[in-house]
Amino acid sequence: MALPGILFFVFFAVGPMVLAFYLSFTQWNGLGDPRPVGLANWRKLLNDDRLTQSLTVTVALTVVSWVFQTVISLLLGVWAAGRQRNRAVLSAIFFTPFLLSSTAISLLFYALLDPNFGIIHADTLGTTSGAFLAIVFVGGWQFIPFHTLIYQGGARQIPEVLYQAAAIDGAGRLRQFFSITLPQLRNTATTSGVLMVVGSLTYFETVLILTQGGPGTDTAILPYLMYQAGFKSYDFGYASAVASFLVIAATALSLLMVRLSGFGAMRSTREGM
Amino acid sequence: MESYSRRWFLGAGATALASVGGLTACGSGSGSGGGGTLTAFVYGDDAAKIQVKSVARFNASAAAKKAKGTVKLQKVPATDYPAKLRTAMGSPNAPDVFFNWGGGSIKAYKDAGQLVDLTDVIASDPVLKSGFLPSVLSAGGLDGKNYGVPMRGMQPVILFYNKTVFAEHKLQPPTTWDQLLDINAKLKKAGITPFALGGSDIWPELMWLEYLVDRIGGPDVFDRIKNGDASGWGDPAVLKAAQTVRELIDDGAFGKGYSSVGYGNGGAPAVFAKGKAAMHLMGSWEYSTQLGKFPDFAKKNLGWCAFPKIEGGAGNIRNVVGNPTNYWSVNARTSNKDAAIAFLRDSASEAYTKELIANGDVPATSNAASLLDASPNPEFAKFQYRMVQDAPAFTLSWDQAVAPNVSTPMLTEVNKLFVGKSSPEQFVSALKGLK
Repeated sequence: MALPGILFFVFFAVGPMVLAFYLSFTQWNGLGDPRPVGLANWRKLLNDDRLTQSLTVTVALTVVSWVFQTVISLLLGVWAAGRQRNRAVLSAIFFTPFLLSSTAISLLFYALLDPNFGIIHADTLGTTSGAFLAIVFVGGWQFIPFHTLIYQGGARQIPEVLYQAAAIDGAGRLRQFFSITLPQLRNTATTSGVLMVVGSLTYFETVLILTQGGPGTDTAILPYLMYQAGFKSYDFGYASAVASFLVIAATALSLLMVRLSGFGAMRSTREGM
Repeated sequence: MESYSRRWFLGAGATALASVGGLTACGSGSGSGGGGTLTAFVYGDDAAKIQVKSVARFNASAAAKKAKGTVKLQKVPATDYPAKLRTAMGSPNAPDVFFNWGGGSIKAYKDAGQLVDLTDVIASDPVLKSGFLPSVLSAGGLDGKNYGVPMRGMQPVILFYNKTVFAEHKLQPPTTWDQLLDINAKLKKAGITPFALGGSDIWPELMWLEYLVDRIGGPDVFDRIKNGDASGWGDPAVLKAAQTVRELIDDGAFGKGYSSVGYGNGGAPAVFAKGKAAMHLMGSWEYSTQLGKFPDFAKKNLGWCAFPKIEGGAGNIRNVVGNPTNYWSVNARTSNKDAAIAFLRDSASEAYTKELIANGDVPATSNAASLLDASPNPEFAKFQYRMVQDAPAFTLSWDQAVAPNVSTPMLTEVNKLFVGKSSPEQFVSALKGLK
């Protein structure tokens, strides 16, 4: 029964990946046949200042985005799981940004950040920190609703009895949040976290449209470096090396996260349940 | 056949990679697979309507019947054009005829043996030979050979200014660098940014360096670089130009937020049209951009002049930088070369020329001069035509003149210079390292 699925996966995911890996050992400008060059692209990649720099930017972007998005979507999600009035309506409104395309969102913010006619009269995208924070903010604006939804689902699963028992023991709302809600949401946080991290690693349109990797190369994350090498410089061999590196790094990182969080062992987070 | 299918396979892989950039595999074009229909790729902006008409005219013509071929036009969304062309040219779905910028933009195709050498065709065909301004025709080729036929308007870079702001502050358009600096100082005192600059797009920044290097060191400096001599970046004129840019920036000539201003999204044109900035160094298309967005400004207050000369510099004030025009080139694998060449001849026709002029463009055809009165702005059209016709040298935009693997890092270095991430000396040494 799983055969069609496996075939599709091999054809559309494994195949291109193997091909990209093969291309990373060649020099190819898109015309004619690729010329094998051994490890030249990989050697160039590992000696490329841009790799170190884009790795730093990628990691920084991932960490800051993770903190920014987790804090807000956790709070919003827990709130949305409650029973306040108009909650459903407000939740639906919160969810809207996620339905827009990243390209449309990026173009919107690109216009809003114009120092003469936009909302902030400053050279936001022309400074390193401004451009970086703009990317974090725009990414958060788009993806927080999605993670809010995940946390909302997680929070709804927490049995009501735990809160009732805590209330009898005299625990306030803050104490309940830290002693019940947070620990019970551990697996939810891992799921959402892995999605955020993998999402940040493959983040692309926002950088392409908002900053083009600039100022200079200060926001040139790995996927942008790949795009630039492949579709601006037509150095497909080198672009494939970057792509392969990205696949290896992302796989290693998500395995590591799952392992460290204990998510893979599927331990129950609830005593006696 | 085996290497062919391998190439197809690799092309499919590149297409998979391309999906990251939002590109898609090209449709079921007839490509080189024989038959009578030729595919032509064109840059899909507003001006493509002229090529749509040209194709219709050709398909109905006797020339098409004689060559037993018709043309099918495929409009490619503008920003994706170079990447899509590259992917298509590496696949069996390659176009027979394609739009390009001449020079470095077609070098890889020439090196791969994918272009028809049009030198003899043009020399033996009176319509093509005498149909275009010679300097523009030759800019579509490489190493003295012709690989392209001009098919759009000329796009010289011009110094535009706001007539109202100039009149208010009793200023004259500058002809020397000292005058420009003097205007700069007066405007800043009045609280007006001297120059609009769409710095977030980077290529508007490049225009400044192109003109400065030309005026300081003459057109030979970049000619050397274009011909593959990377040490040409070490010419003192490049360093001087970079230092001049630095001085302008430090002096506040572009205001403060220029790195966050775009050209493509209308940011810089709006700053200029609303009088927040007094001048704008931009390609000739600035006129039609303004006409579209701020028609009153374009008709009444938009002034234009040549980039000033620099005292003691080697470059003539009449030298021009920019894009001479765009070209049609023919794929060497085309199934019907006769039909392709017959189609190219339409670009030299009077009907084609008239349509370009009505669109506000200034064609590179030799018969254009007498027809320019029909332009929406004959004064501007004539200025532009004379500017190109009289230019002792026309330097192709650097990012189009050099190969893509050089132009991409070059633009990054230009941006670093403008945002202050590198000094003029670091800029020069980084460029010398580009291969």
